[in-house]
Amino acid sequence: MPARDYIRERFFPHMWCPGCGHGIVLNGLVHAIENIGLKKNDIVMVSGIGCSSRIAGYMDFHTLHTIHGRALAFAIGVKMSRPDLTLLVPMGDGDALSIGGNHFIHACRRNIDMTAIVMNNRVYGMTGGQYSPLSGHGTMATTAPYTNIDQAFDIVSMATAAGATFVARATAYHVQQLPNILEEAIRHKGFSVVEVMTPCPTYFGRKNKEGSAVNMMDNLKTRTTPIGSKAKQENPSLIERGVFVKKELPEYCAEYQRIVEQAMKGK
Amino acid sequence: MGGELRFVQGNEACVEGAMYAGLDFFAGYPITPSTEIAELLASRLPLKGGKFLQMEDEIASICAIIGASLTGNKVMTATSGPGFSLMQEGLGYAIMAEIPCVIVDVQRGGPSTGLPTKVSQGDVNQARWGVHGDHAIVALTASNHQDVFSITVDAFNFSETYRTPVILLFDEVIGHMRERLKIPEPGEIPLVERLKTSVKEGVDYHPYLQREDGRLPMSDFGGVHRYNVTGLFHDMWGFPSEKPSVVHELMRHLVDKIDHHVDKMARYREYFIEDAEMLLISYGSSARSALHMVTDRRQHGERVGLLELQTLWPFPAAVVREKTRNARYVVVVEMNMGQMLQPVKAAVEKPERVFLANRVDGVLITPADILNILRLIQGKGV
Amino acid sequence: MAKLKLRAHVINREWCKGCGICVHFCPRKVLELDEFDKVVAARPQDCVCCKLCELRCSDLAIEVQTEQD
Repeated sequence: MPARDYIRERFFPHMWCPGCGHGIVLNGLVHAIENIGLKKNDIVMVSGIGCSSRIAGYMDFHTLHTIHGRALAFAIGVKMSRPDLTLLVPMGDGDALSIGGNHFIHACRRNIDMTAIVMNNRVYGMTGGQYSPLSGHGTMATTAPYTNIDQAFDIVSMATAAGATFVARATAYHVQQLPNILEEAIRHKGFSVVEVMTPCPTYFGRKNKEGSAVNMMDNLKTRTTPIGSKAKQENPSLIERGVFVKKELPEYCAEYQRIVEQAMKGK
Repeated sequence: MGGELRFVQGNEACVEGAMYAGLDFFAGYPITPSTEIAELLASRLPLKGGKFLQMEDEIASICAIIGASLTGNKVMTATSGPGFSLMQEGLGYAIMAEIPCVIVDVQRGGPSTGLPTKVSQGDVNQARWGVHGDHAIVALTASNHQDVFSITVDAFNFSETYRTPVILLFDEVIGHMRERLKIPEPGEIPLVERLKTSVKEGVDYHPYLQREDGRLPMSDFGGVHRYNVTGLFHDMWGFPSEKPSVVHELMRHLVDKIDHHVDKMARYREYFIEDAEMLLISYGSSARSALHMVTDRRQHGERVGLLELQTLWPFPAAVVREKTRNARYVVVVEMNMGQMLQPVKAAVEKPERVFLANRVDGVLITPADILNILRLIQGKGV
Repeated sequence: MAKLKLRAHVINREWCKGCGICVHFCPRKVLELDEFDKVVAARPQDCVCCKLCELRCSDLAIEVQTEQD
């Protein structure tokens, strides 16, 4: 089991609820890192605040547990000063796209080489089940006791529009695809966004009558489909998963190095 | 270039001081009246292989420099009041996680957008208590460009020595005014470099375990020691803890590491203090007017003196108490509603003898303004 | 690739929170929750070593060890 080599075992069992998808993301991430063969000393994991952000404390890397929504801003400081390091930035949906929305779109725009993992469980779990910008119209939450009238973001469309050069969606159910997508995202030279749809049975599931963790995993299976599948044409409400964007654009640290060289030439 | 004579703005003197101190990394967001600092560093830093980043806002700017500091860099950001407000959560993080960094606030009129291009000293208390929760803070200032240079070097030195953010609290007049600056020779002002751990690879390293002298040696992110950094209360490994004894010990440490070194950080200048009946206490650009007025009245035989504070926080109470002992009246000269007045009153033996000479209309307080207020205090009319 | 041969299901009972995901999605119905809501390999002889339970375990509590490992 590769996980043992990459986690801080003394903090296990972890604090996530039974059936929470965040542990599955951790699991997939570890497999991706092992496949690439990254050394622990070369990885910096930067997280924000929320259930998802606790992942940093469990991983045996250089770990920076920061402020709500600001993980990407801290990560940019680390990466710019040490472009040789691999930056992994796990975030929650509220963390990345509500309070951290501005940092998110600007990190996409800069195309700085790091991997943003949005663990999307469509709810604020740490504070007890309030609606997030990913909950979606018609959902229920402790702060939407009648119904939620907020429309949801589409993370993939948003990251694409903001200029991310690798954009993908995976789920906590499709565990063979998950490490592969994460591996491809980490290997990509540029800003990578991976949305991972994960179940929160405790809050989102209970409020929205989605049943047990098992049922919520089942829903990830039945409500998603590979990009461009025939099923999608027949049922447009299915959510596509896979790699949406993969393109080459100048990477930010490399571009800055060109600035340094240009400045020094004129000295 | 060491020894070079320059005619510069205060913002430029700050940049020169930062470069002299060994600045590697700057991230900022444009805001009047601090923008020249970012503009100058955008061209200066690449020349030494340093990094300059214009971020999406001030929140991102302070977060980016904290991240960069963790890899072993000397880092800075610069802003003004509204941006400084946005930086408070990052500032709190740097205090809690004990990350060396320098934050320049070139003050303008506030609150809110206030008076973007006019002078004020209204952020003295924002520097002290803008961050929520108990904490200690270091905030320095200066009234002329030579001192702006050296206090900037001090800011970097203090931040490394005490593993703490340090605030440079300049103001619009200091930032934009031009005057002479002599760049010191290399080595003329001693520099404090990052204290790195001597713990070898494979040996348990405690990022938050103090040495006997109270200092905490650091290990660069990306180095041989993998540890955790968090804004939560944490143990000596940097892992979150809610244990009352751990929480209490960390809180005491964060406050004591600054408060126990007030004397080492107290920077001030004194003019005609010994026999002064009327003692002015001022700082930043208002201290220039105060000094002008004091020098002028001395020529008329009046026993007036000036204590110019450069260290505002931690407040050098012992210095203020000592220097004001023989004065009949103490007058705090500042461009706010009395933000330094309160700590001065708390420090002196006779607080009822402490008065405020201020201006809060965006105009630099003049020697005549101060003299008029002095006359009123003396019961002599204007 | 040679067919994987099971050595053992190593289950960390301390870490298992009994969500039942591994039990439900096991293609051969090898796993069960016991009276303490902890997972056990009730029918190891049916295991095909697909390791889906290991990958899907949110608690990192199951390891499928094979002779090839």
